[in-house]
Amino acid sequence: MGEPEAKLDKERRAFIKKVLNGTIAGSLLLVIPMPMGAATPEVPEQIPGIRGKKWDMFDQRFAFIVDITRCIGCGSCCVADRREFNVPDGYYRTWVERYLKDFDDEVYVDSPHGGFDGYQSPRTDIEVEVRDTFFVPKLCNMCKEPPCVQVCPVGATFKTPDGFVLVDRERCVGCAYCIQACPYSARYLDPVTRTAEKCTWCYHRVRKGLLPACVTVCPTGARKFGDLNDKNSEVYKLLHEHEVLTVLKKDMGTYPALYYKGLRREVV
Amino acid sequence: MDALNFVFPNDLHVHWSMMIVLYPYLTGLVDGSFIVAALYYVFGVKSLKPISRFSLVFAFAFLSCAMFPLLMHLGRPERNHNMMITPSPTSAMSGAGFIFTVAIILIGLILLLVYRPTFVKLRLKSKGIMNILYRVLTMDSTNLSPESLELDRKIIKFLVAIGIPVATVLHGYVGFLFGGVKANPSWSTPLMPVIFLFSACVSGISALVLAYIVIKKLRNQPVDLGCVRTCINILAGFFILAFSFEMLEVFSHSYLRTWYHHAVEGLLNGPLFYSFWVWQVGICSVLPLLLLGWLCLFKMKASVFKFFAATVSIILLLQVLLMRWNVVIGGQLMSKSTRGYTQFHPEWFDKEGIITVIVLMSLPFIVLFMLSKIFPLWLEEEKASS
Repeated sequence: MGEPEAKLDKERRAFIKKVLNGTIAGSLLLVIPMPMGAATPEVPEQIPGIRGKKWDMFDQRFAFIVDITRCIGCGSCCVADRREFNVPDGYYRTWVERYLKDFDDEVYVDSPHGGFDGYQSPRTDIEVEVRDTFFVPKLCNMCKEPPCVQVCPVGATFKTPDGFVLVDRERCVGCAYCIQACPYSARYLDPVTRTAEKCTWCYHRVRKGLLPACVTVCPTGARKFGDLNDKNSEVYKLLHEHEVLTVLKKDMGTYPALYYKGLRREVV
Repeated sequence: MDALNFVFPNDLHVHWSMMIVLYPYLTGLVDGSFIVAALYYVFGVKSLKPISRFSLVFAFAFLSCAMFPLLMHLGRPERNHNMMITPSPTSAMSGAGFIFTVAIILIGLILLLVYRPTFVKLRLKSKGIMNILYRVLTMDSTNLSPESLELDRKIIKFLVAIGIPVATVLHGYVGFLFGGVKANPSWSTPLMPVIFLFSACVSGISALVLAYIVIKKLRNQPVDLGCVRTCINILAGFFILAFSFEMLEVFSHSYLRTWYHHAVEGLLNGPLFYSFWVWQVGICSVLPLLLLGWLCLFKMKASVFKFFAATVSIILLLQVLLMRWNVVIGGQLMSKSTRGYTQFHPEWFDKEGIITVIVLMSLPFIVLFMLSKIFPLWLEEEKASS
């Protein structure tokens, strides 16, 4: 009886040794940085001319253009945004509104769940003959004269020299004055951080030469973002050609950097 | 829900709730009671003497609690000091801490000087901790010579005179916080600071009249009718101004019929119909206006006068609270889409809920009670005891 037991013991030891070696080797692989090289393919540059040179904060001009005539209300932008920023339910960095017009020019607007689920079926709560319908995506207007920056008592909301209005959540006191001041209701108080949050036009991506998340997923190209210093960019061309572009709530005097193509007079 | 009602997704939540109703209400009570002190110490309205000291202690008690609602409201209250350490010069709100600090130091200094002769007497009579306290409060001076008292009087007059613009800024500024928000059509009007200021005076004077009559009644002491009569006359004056400006705001825009009117019209005639037209304007403004006219212009028995003076004060305290509610919460019910309205449901146990409101409204009265143990509120009692 003693012999098979000793054999079993040896096999067990060998097995434990193998497991240990494997564990150590595996752990080392995780800990020691390995030169990956071409093993992880870098995402190709989406905004030309940003990578490979120093970011001059005072020499950047960006614009965001939403083409109303192209939006199909699929909600992909809202999904991408929510995943990019882990936005809590019930709060919106971006949303899509659905406009309906009947033959008496009455306007019906809705945006259930901010358009996150996409507009897959017609409205059931109205029984009018619809004459016209269109979708309007909304996001931060990145105003050149932002009221949110003006009213922030601690300077937690600020405008960068490259034209982005951002929030420093380490400084924000959560007074919500900026939320009151934003004419576009683009801000909310994050229930987790208890600080103000809003769309950043994906500043973290733009700095790496990538387009905002919502722009990359838009299947119809309704959301356009680009460098105005690049004369070949679509936004430069749209802004410098004969296209009719408008901004939201022009009378507020906020001078948005978000432009709308094909915006209808019913939209606020 | 109405199919035409559309609220921007981020507008469903009312961000400034009952704490922001309470904050201007408390500072308003401070302002109004300070006005009474100013009328006595600066403008020499002698009939206000019985409540001159009480008005200052009252103002100090309420001012010391005025910042608690703001702290309760902040998402990150532990960072509140940033407003004074790194204030943004472009923001109206960044002035809050500084204006508050100046006001509380000023009222504290005035209190110390007004009470100095009393404190000197109390110091000589008291023992132990109270003796040390009175020594500190009198800065260890027992000089009650006519020259030093005359100097006190002059300094008090000077400080209270400075206090008038400080009190005006303290509350006019609160109005400006709302008046300066161009995104909200029901707030953005230059009249907002004026409306806030006059309604503050109304609430403060009403609170003083009510507190004076109630405390005297509870203690079974006589009420100085001349003093209450003067208060009611002043109250009538301030209320006529406050109500006129409130209505001027509505009617001038209603006549101009600009976009502003069309945006606000639906709000006032819709979700705010009962709280604005019925309660704030009808029951709590027109009714007290008639009562005040009757009290000021007709002769009546002292007991009737006292009863209706207290009644009108209660109604006016409610009027100002309703005005704050309709401005702060009512103004946020309208979405910036101007196509619909959201709803506000106060919660009992929320951080900014009804229980918090009750606690925070009780605090100034507790502070006032504690202060009354150090600062004797009534002159006649002091004379009787000495």
